[in-house]
Parts: sequence; structure tokens; C-alpha cells
Amino acid sequence: MALTKQEWVALEKKAHELRTLCLDTTNWAGSGHIGGGLSCMDILTMLYHKHLNLSDDPNWEDRDRFILSKGHAGIAYAPALISRGYNDVEQLKTFNLTNSKMGIHLDSNKVDGVDASTGSLGHGISIAVGTALAARVQKKSWLTYCITGDGELNEGQVWEAAMAAAHFGCTNLITFVDRNNCMIDGRTEDIMALEPLADKWAAFGFIVKEIDGQNLNEIDDAIEFAKANTTNQPVLILCNTKKGAGIANIEDNYLWHYGAMDEAMYEKSKAELAAYHQARLVRAEREGS
Amino acid sequence: MAGGLTFTAADSTKLATAEYYGKALCELGEQHPEIVALTADLAKSTKIGMFGDKFPERFFNVGIAEQNLMSMAAGMAKAGLVPFVSAFSVFTSLRAADQVHANICYQNANVKIIATHGGTSFGQAGSTHHAIVDFAIQRAFPNMTLVCPADGMETVNAVRAAYETPGPFYIRINRGFDRVVYDSTDYGFQLGKAQTMRDGTDITIIACGSCVFTATQAADFLKNADGLSVRVLNMHTIKPLDVEAIRKAVDDTRRIIVAEDHTVNGGLGSAVCEVVAEYGKGCAVKRLGWQDSFSTIGLHEDLMNIAGIDQNGLASAVREVMNKDFEADDNWDDEV
Repeated sequence: MALTKQEWVALEKKAHELRTLCLDTTNWAGSGHIGGGLSCMDILTMLYHKHLNLSDDPNWEDRDRFILSKGHAGIAYAPALISRGYNDVEQLKTFNLTNSKMGIHLDSNKVDGVDASTGSLGHGISIAVGTALAARVQKKSWLTYCITGDGELNEGQVWEAAMAAAHFGCTNLITFVDRNNCMIDGRTEDIMALEPLADKWAAFGFIVKEIDGQNLNEIDDAIEFAKANTTNQPVLILCNTKKGAGIANIEDNYLWHYGAMDEAMYEKSKAELAAYHQARLVRAEREGS
Repeated sequence: MAGGLTFTAADSTKLATAEYYGKALCELGEQHPEIVALTADLAKSTKIGMFGDKFPERFFNVGIAEQNLMSMAAGMAKAGLVPFVSAFSVFTSLRAADQVHANICYQNANVKIIATHGGTSFGQAGSTHHAIVDFAIQRAFPNMTLVCPADGMETVNAVRAAYETPGPFYIRINRGFDRVVYDSTDYGFQLGKAQTMRDGTDITIIACGSCVFTATQAADFLKNADGLSVRVLNMHTIKPLDVEAIRKAVDDTRRIIVAEDHTVNGGLGSAVCEVVAEYGKGCAVKRLGWQDSFSTIGLHEDLMNIAGIDQNGLASAVREVMNKDFEADDNWDDEV
């Protein structure tokens, strides 16, 4: 069940809006994790504007849960939350500033709509397994979604959680890996090799769906696939992405894990985002049904 | 509140402290469907498996994975459940410290950690399995409540208090059997309030866990042998600490000995010293426990002897402090 052309184009506009807000926030904050933020922005767009079952009340008991295991992508997460009406957009202008409610890692006790405070890497899937089992204990049908980075897969706890998700048959948990191939010190395969990554997840008991994580239609298909899963194995969506996706001068460059831009670079980046968006619209028009 | 208690002090010869915990948790589980229990391949050892036998759909054994254990519990708590988590105290505090810090305490998640095999109570297993730094770690975490019960009955009270107190809660209990301090749960347990086991005017012993029993023994011995009036406080709640009781001990006795099955760095002894120092009045304090050293292999009773926290060790420490001349003019009131 692919996205309709109309739906796809509307979601592209939303994704562009969020990428722009992420860039603006980096500019307001003076610096930020823009690389890893942009690589998962398409997944966030599909979750917050199509798949997550949410209400105006961020604490609604029966909402779907979302855990951002790569907590440093708060600079992408905050714009996504704001675009769903949680928190005031003006708060982004205080991002990282002293006593702001928002900073690099979002705090679940301070930012509306955040289901878990994350930041220490490798914890998110475990937390998500907990919420998924909580739904089961309470006989609730809501789903838990989790995005993990690829560098953080070095953490041993990730694999403890993977074993548990499969062992307990957490099919109400849908996990994404933001496979942007970069970590702070270099390429993942140079620092601590992860491949064959799909095989590893499969060996741990997951059904693995490998997709282009910068293609909204493929993300949509994969989520629909996971929702329709009738086996007792959880689904892992391995999203091949690019760090800094949308800004040509930082794209796929591990040095842009965290960075600051001057005014000239900000303007240039803004123009590059616009061009990227246009190209993506052309693809949506061409490939949409 | 005592309703439903199906065991008495007569059972204490048959019941390990953890079994009191298991029974208390089962009782709570009957009343509160939101309680779930988690462990890391220690269902039998920690007795949390008693809950699992009764409520299998609310019980999760995550295998030997304490980090995953704590993060999962945090996720469950954030989704409305009240998880009770049990593993050995050395692993809940060290292996999973980051998860307890970031997922449980930082989020103020309603997770109850019942850490067993506390102190050196798993004697023969040696220092890898002795928890002598857990108070220091848990006490440092904001939002954490920290309790070390003296025996099985107090464990029941602590477990009930954990359920009734929102937020992170850590209870440290021993492996195996504890000497009986209380013969029922009805002795006025109050979270955050020290229990006066013996009143006295010469010196105060502040103790927790298995040292409460040895402190009362030492006090009774010293009364008979030396005519000393030794106050014994059961400081079951290490955080929040009963500051008032410590200040009163400073005012009334001017001499304090702290006894704990823990390193003297960062635990109850340190906590008491902080209160005494900030109070600003003259008071001699001696901290007993593991003196910045690792423990050794042996029976728990022998290890308590080595650490100087058994009856003899405590009595010697009292005599030492009583015989020291801290104040030339015998007027402590000018020390402020």
C-alpha cells in the first residue's frame, strides 16, 4: 500500500519544514547535532505525521509511544513534536540556552510529548521493550516505536534488548536503525565494524526490512509491513540514511556529528535544503501512485 | 495495613529475609494489578520468583542482563506500571548504575529496586559479589530513596513503604537468614525516621541492616560489663536521613559510632558525618565498616568480625571512643 502522490507530496513538504526548523534551531542554538538529526528526519516525519496514534493531550494514556534511543537527535525530535502541536515553536529559539526546557537531549519531565529521557546511548530499545510489555500487561493495543543510531549499536545493552524483544515476542514494538554509517570519530566500519548488520538483527530473532531511509514511501511501506506482521518476531527496519541529509556541504560527512555554522554557511545550507526538497518533490511526483 | 500477613516471627528460623520480601510482594501484587516484577536470572535467589509463580503474566526474567533489566523497568514505569526489580545489590548498583541514574532516577520513574545479597552476606563468593559500595552510589542519585532493613519483618515494612512512596526506591537486603530484631511488623516503622532500639546517654551507635542486631547486643553487653548507657538507633532509611535523630544524638551523647556492612567511604557513616559537621557542634564520630579495603572470602558472621561490626568489634569501638579524652574541661557546650 504505497503512498498516494498527493499524500507523498504533502509529507515531503512536512519533511522539508522539519529539516528547515532543524537547521534554524542549529543556527539559533549556535551549534547542534544537525548531521544525525537530519539523517532520521524522514523517519520522524512519517511517525509524527502519519503513523503515531496521538491526541492533543501528550499524556493521553492510549497513545502510541516513541523512544528516541539516539537521544542527541533532540534537535530533530523537538521540531517534530512542535509540528504536532506539542510545545511552542518559540522554545526552539532557546534550545541549549541556560535554563531552557530544551537542550541536546530532551527531558521527558520538561518537554511535552517525550516518552523517555534519553542521551546515554544504547538504552532506548530496552526502554521500548519495557513500554511494549507494559502495553501487553495492561491489554492495550498501542504500539511502541524506537529509533536507534548505528554507532550506538556498539553498546552491549542494545543486544541484551534485542534478545529480550525477540524472546518476549514484542511484535508491538517497531524498531528503526538510522544507518548513516557515521560516528564521532569516523565511519562506523572504520571505528567498530557493524556489518553484516542485517544478518546480526536477523540472527537475534528480528524480521529485518532494509530500506532507503530517505524515501518516505519506503518508510511508509516498511511501517505498514511491521504493523501487518502476524508472526511472533519483532520487525527491525534498517534505514540506510545519510548524515546531514539535505545539506550537500555537510552530507555523509562524519565530522558533522556536531557542529556550528556561520551566517554564510547557514544561508548556503538553507538554499541547499530548498534544492534538495525540489528534487524530492520531483521524485514524489514521478514515483507516487 | 498488617492485614494479610500470613507469617510471624516464629517463621524466622525457616524464612530467609528475601522470603519475607517475596511474601510481601505477593501480598501487594494481589491488591495492585499494576505491580510487575523483573529479575535477571535470579528468580530463585532473590525470591522474586514467588511473585512469578503467582502472577506469571506480570513477571519477566530478562536473563543475565542487568542493564536491560533496569531500562525495561523504567519503560514499564513510564507506561503506568509499578515494577519491582530484583538482582544482587552489587550488580544493581555497579553493572546497571548508568541505567538507574539516567532511566530511573533522572526520569523519577516509579521503579522499586529490591537488591539482595547486600553487603558481605554472600560471604563465600568474595568481593565480586559483595556490595560494599552500593549505599555510596544510590545515595548520590537525586530522587532515590534508600533503605536497608534490619531483618525480615522490617523488610516487609520497607517493601510496603516502597509501593506507597512514588519514585525510585532502593532496598538492600541480605542473602540468607538475618538475626531477628523485630517479631512483628507492628513496631511503628516510619520511612525516614530512625528507630530507637536502646536509649542511652553516654554514646550512640547508629546502625543499619545486620549491624542493628549486633549493635543492640553490644549495648546490652556494655551496660552489664561497663555500666555504659549506649543508645542504639536503627537508621533503616539512609536517604532521606533522619537528621533530627542524629542532631539529638550529638546533643545528648556527643559520641557517635556508625556501623554498616559497607565501605566507610560514602555510606551511612559518611552521611552521618555530613550531618554532624554541618550541625557545627563538637562530637566524636567513628565509622565502622570496610576501611577503604576490599572484603575477603568467608562466612558473613566472620566477615562482620573482620570488619569490626560484630558485637565484639562494636564493644571495642565504644570503649575506645569512651576512653578518649576529647574535651579537656568536660564542657562540650563551648565547642560550637
